[in-house]
Amino acid sequence: MGKSYDSLKETARRVRVGIIEGVYHAACGHPGGSLSIADILTYLYFEEMNVRPNEPKWQGRDRFVLSKGHTAPALYAVLSERGFFPKEDLKTLRHIDSYLQGHPDMKGTPGVDMSTGSLGLGISSACGMALSAKISGDDYRVYTVLGDGESEEGQVWEAAMFAAHYKLDNLCVILDWNGLQIDGPITEVMNPTPHDKKFEAFGFHVISIDGHDFAAIEAAFEEAKTVKGKPTAIIAKTVKGKGVSYMENAVEWHGAAPKEEKYLQALKDLGE
Amino acid sequence: MEWKDKAATREGYGNALAELGESYDFVVLDADLAAATKTGVFKKKFPERFFNCGIAEGNMMSVAAGIAATGKIPVVSSFAMFAAGRAFEQVRNSIGYPHLNVKIGATHAGITVGEDGATHQCNEDIALMRTIPGMVILNPADAREAREVVCAALEHDGPVYMRFGRFAVPTVTDLPDYRFEIGRGVTLAEGTDVTIAATGYMVHLALEAREALASEGISARVLNIHTIKPLDQEILVRAAKETGAIVTAEEHNVNGGFGSAVCEALAESCPVPVLRVGVNDRYGKSGKVPSLLEEYGLTAAHIAEEARRAVSMKK
Repeated sequence: MGKSYDSLKETARRVRVGIIEGVYHAACGHPGGSLSIADILTYLYFEEMNVRPNEPKWQGRDRFVLSKGHTAPALYAVLSERGFFPKEDLKTLRHIDSYLQGHPDMKGTPGVDMSTGSLGLGISSACGMALSAKISGDDYRVYTVLGDGESEEGQVWEAAMFAAHYKLDNLCVILDWNGLQIDGPITEVMNPTPHDKKFEAFGFHVISIDGHDFAAIEAAFEEAKTVKGKPTAIIAKTVKGKGVSYMENAVEWHGAAPKEEKYLQALKDLGE
Repeated sequence: MEWKDKAATREGYGNALAELGESYDFVVLDADLAAATKTGVFKKKFPERFFNCGIAEGNMMSVAAGIAATGKIPVVSSFAMFAAGRAFEQVRNSIGYPHLNVKIGATHAGITVGEDGATHQCNEDIALMRTIPGMVILNPADAREAREVVCAALEHDGPVYMRFGRFAVPTVTDLPDYRFEIGRGVTLAEGTDVTIAATGYMVHLALEAREALASEGISARVLNIHTIKPLDQEILVRAAKETGAIVTAEEHNVNGGFGSAVCEALAESCPVPVLRVGVNDRYGKSGKVPSLLEEYGLTAAHIAEEARRAVSMKK
């Protein structure tokens, strides 16, 4: 205890501002689930992962796959904050000719390790990267963020089976448990819970945390690195829309952009 | 015609993987069908480079994409129905969209699957794969050419869909000057009255049809179009100009497949009568392969019949 996470908190705040800037200038996109993973992505890119912003394709880098690809605004905000590309470019999100596509495009965006967007596919590709590291004895790790609604896709569990079968202890799956999907609460649309017991049954080491508590996030990633012979799933309880008052736990902000008044309110909420 | 050296293209595929595994650095993935797809031949020789993904083809395709994203070459196998059909969206989004260097070896294509019947007889894979930008589609005529296909796929940078069959087919490409190149059709026999453009299993039947037509005084050219995408427009346009009529032959639905591709190409540059021999928008069914080929019109006699009709349609 006693360790200060002020710097990370400030970075995460700026990442949230970046999310709002992107979505506002796109006039569409997915702010709710982007805001819920802002702290986790900030920790990954500023503390956990070994990456080189000036050499994004560096072979020895840790890999990140945003399996819940619709929350690309969060990934772009954290990548630009980390120096992969200019922050100003966030305002081109979803525009024609922008390299910031509506969903992550590994061919066009520096720092994006896998194209994603169709739910359930990203976690499988993360498994492929982790297996590849095992094949050639590389020591990089692979991280993937999964949506809780996304876990309704059967392929997620095919991938989970695969990860445990090949003992991918270099793979860390983070489940963003914000509890809401487009059509409503996940437990009402198609209840995928309990995630912890499911991942455990599939052969994962499971850690449950508050996804906005940096001390807990840090402890979870440290623990994951000590686990041998099995992959780790971090079940991160989060708040959809976290940090923007009117978006918090509000399903209507899953896939809608704020207009000017709400945009200004969001920036105010985020201390801008 | 008397044929010898019969072998299924899947045999050629499995043997090629095992042979080329010596000189090319790739890994092989399968979905619990290694014995049938013949990736088992590779597995036996290089067990540490073979990864069974279980009966989960969608996951397997996206896993392959992840492996390719790290710089390795994955060759991923299943039956065509599951590789192109069930996993279409994973092939499209995980592999095709980022243009990753994944080689898909799809076996048991078409109705020559035989007794397993309609659920396993994939007559749609060419149509599906053809709509994916950047996807190369290779469909060898015999087991010998299957080896060339694997070799060319490994040399090519980008996604490749390789189509193989279950049923033994005679060797037709073991010729002195035969040269395989992606996107280049091969003239197997010259002719002036009509052209039979065939692919995959149908190529040897096209040669048989040519012989029957010759006895009636009709001179038929036979093309082996082993690459369906990118299609060799040049050889097709030349054939259209020089022979004035085309018959396409494929072991696939005539809608959306090879015949459709030829029609599209010629309609835009050199419209001539094109008749399509293939599965006529029907599902397959159980039966011995020869009976199925007969019932679905995938025969030399039917190709010859359509060739006669094509000739009569010429202006």
